[in-house]
Amino acid sequence: MEIFRSHVLICGGTGCTSSGSETLIDTFNKELEKNGLTNEVKIVKTGCFGLCEAGPIVIVYPEGAFYSHVKVEDIKRITEEHLLKGRIVKDLLFKEAVEEDQIRSINEVEFYKKQKRVALKNCGVINPEDIREYIAFDGYKALGKALTEMKPEDVIDAIKKSGLRGRGGGGFPSGLKWEFTYKAQNDQKYVACNADEGDPGAFMDRSVLEGDPHAIVEAMAIAGYAVGADQGYVYVRAEYPIAVNRLQIAIDQAREYGLLGKNIFGTDFAFDLEIRLGAGAFVCGEETALLNSIEGKRGMPRPRPPFPAIKGLWEKPTLLNNVETYANVAQIILNGPEWFASMGTEKSKGTKVFALGGKINNTGLVEIPMGTTLKEVIYEIGGGIPNGKAFKAVQTGGPSGGCITADYLETPIDYDNLIALGSMMGSGGMIVMDEDNCMVDIARFFLDFTVDESCGKCPPCRIGTKRMLEILDKITSGQGELEDIDKLEKLAANIKASALCGLGQTAPNPVLSTLRYFRDEYIAHVTEKRCPAGVCQGLLSYTVTPELCKKCGICANKCPVNCIDGVKGKEVYKIDTEKCIKCGACMEACPFKAISKK
Amino acid sequence: MKSLEELAKIREEAIKKVDIRGIREGTRIVVGMATCGIAAGARPVLMALLEEVKVRNLEDVLVSQTGCIGVCRLEPIVEVYRPGEEKVTYVEMTPEKIKKVVAEHIVNGKVVDAYTIGSLA
Repeated sequence: MEIFRSHVLICGGTGCTSSGSETLIDTFNKELEKNGLTNEVKIVKTGCFGLCEAGPIVIVYPEGAFYSHVKVEDIKRITEEHLLKGRIVKDLLFKEAVEEDQIRSINEVEFYKKQKRVALKNCGVINPEDIREYIAFDGYKALGKALTEMKPEDVIDAIKKSGLRGRGGGGFPSGLKWEFTYKAQNDQKYVACNADEGDPGAFMDRSVLEGDPHAIVEAMAIAGYAVGADQGYVYVRAEYPIAVNRLQIAIDQAREYGLLGKNIFGTDFAFDLEIRLGAGAFVCGEETALLNSIEGKRGMPRPRPPFPAIKGLWEKPTLLNNVETYANVAQIILNGPEWFASMGTEKSKGTKVFALGGKINNTGLVEIPMGTTLKEVIYEIGGGIPNGKAFKAVQTGGPSGGCITADYLETPIDYDNLIALGSMMGSGGMIVMDEDNCMVDIARFFLDFTVDESCGKCPPCRIGTKRMLEILDKITSGQGELEDIDKLEKLAANIKASALCGLGQTAPNPVLSTLRYFRDEYIAHVTEKRCPAGVCQGLLSYTVTPELCKKCGICANKCPVNCIDGVKGKEVYKIDTEKCIKCGACMEACPFKAISKK
Repeated sequence: MKSLEELAKIREEAIKKVDIRGIREGTRIVVGMATCGIAAGARPVLMALLEEVKVRNLEDVLVSQTGCIGVCRLEPIVEVYRPGEEKVTYVEMTPEKIKKVVAEHIVNGKVVDAYTIGSLA
């Protein structure tokens, strides 16, 4: 067996792969060969490190040197300087990793320091395509422990005591779900994993599957043992090709090592896993629609009860958990439920992964103990708002959630606090908005998404959300009336009360929560025909400030519809607002910032 | 997988491949690998060191490299950091000498005085 003195970890998650990390790996291999280092330095393709903003990311151990935005041209220097001569290439390090000339390792960077990685423990640390690396980091030990030292009741008890709640959005206590499935009497039971991550902006489940797929295989086997199932299904969207590929490799390797199959760890327990691909419909993340889809039927929800724990796949009791929920299971078994319950708040234990996006400096994936405040996440870990803009709100829970304003930034994040604020945990998307975001437009964006994704089975969702979207279109284009706002609220209440599944019941939430905190913006759109943030095109007007205009005529040249008049060098230019299509080309072109929109 | 023991065996083997990525308290052996070190023959020393660590199955030993320490004329230089002990600097190393250092100092805890920078004074 080879021992290497240095490991170069290169992110192979979707984010970094799309910014070219595959080419980096090839280039590194060539450079290592050229310098005769192939026997000393090992290149490892890992899962997501979380700080996608800084990708492609390369970490060099044992120093823990954190290179960001690595380009093909940089590799020669990293190889010749760092790997060959041991001199870290400071100017290529992540900006925060060099402070007052002190080089800090990846674990000391602010973005990682405040995090507590449980579900993402191995992401960015191991090679996800090598089962031995997973085993080296205590992989499959929990399964071994459960099978040889614990009864199914003990496993369920541990999950219950840990306080783990569903990470897919609902926050239902996982241990109870396991117990219901365990108690359901039947000759055949199933476990299933919901990897149909559909919230715009959320990508933690993808990252776990890409970075640590064996954690899901192991957890599902443990779950199978606990509830009495011998077959599992992972439902993952085909839009996640890297995740699907690595999960399949993991399943194959687990079979080869006898960690899936018959007589696992020399016991009578048998378990196997299969992947089911989804076509990427949002509604298939709803549990009953997901189960239909696995069965090969059209992905539509059905009324509950009966819950899947009683009647799930092919009418058999089925345990369904989300990827991130499963990612915690092996850790709970290994370290004990007390360890897990020691993190978090009274009713929300452990950690939660959030996908930071929108107007924030450190776009990426963070895992924090429950109870961390929104402020810490956005300002300390997330690095605040770019370009000195003011924070306006943060949308949590995606299209089912709502927004939270600056007044509530000190709120500790947990399931119940977010619901009290009119939002929800959801799967953990966190979209940050600044002063340039129009809240009516945001609500319209999310509603547009749910209208698109509604399966059409029940009228409140199929017709009701469509009507709401029409009203929002009316308001954002400047045709709105005050009574439209009341109509929106009434419709929202009715849809919430009458839609069949979670998708429909929560679809009005973005509208309701923006109405709750930003009603004045709605009113400005309706009564003053004005978009305060300057986003809604139908309400914008571009004007030239005469005092600033230098009569250069650049704006008139740029205008695609020739609606700007003036005489070069002599006369101030003017925009004909009737003809103007509000493309903004003139404003961008003006060298003197003489054109403004409002 | 037939038993926990089998898993533990695989783990034991696999961990050697990855444990430089963890934060550990063990012995750290640093080889000076700047231009001066390489020119004086640091690479064969490093290779011999890695080989020795591998052959002897030394689990808590981390081999690393560093830049120029400043006394280029004494290269190849190897420094040994052990928890709770003063740093030991070995100079004018060769593959043969490093093998002896591993055997006496790293394994048996006895500093090879004759090779240290102090022996030159």
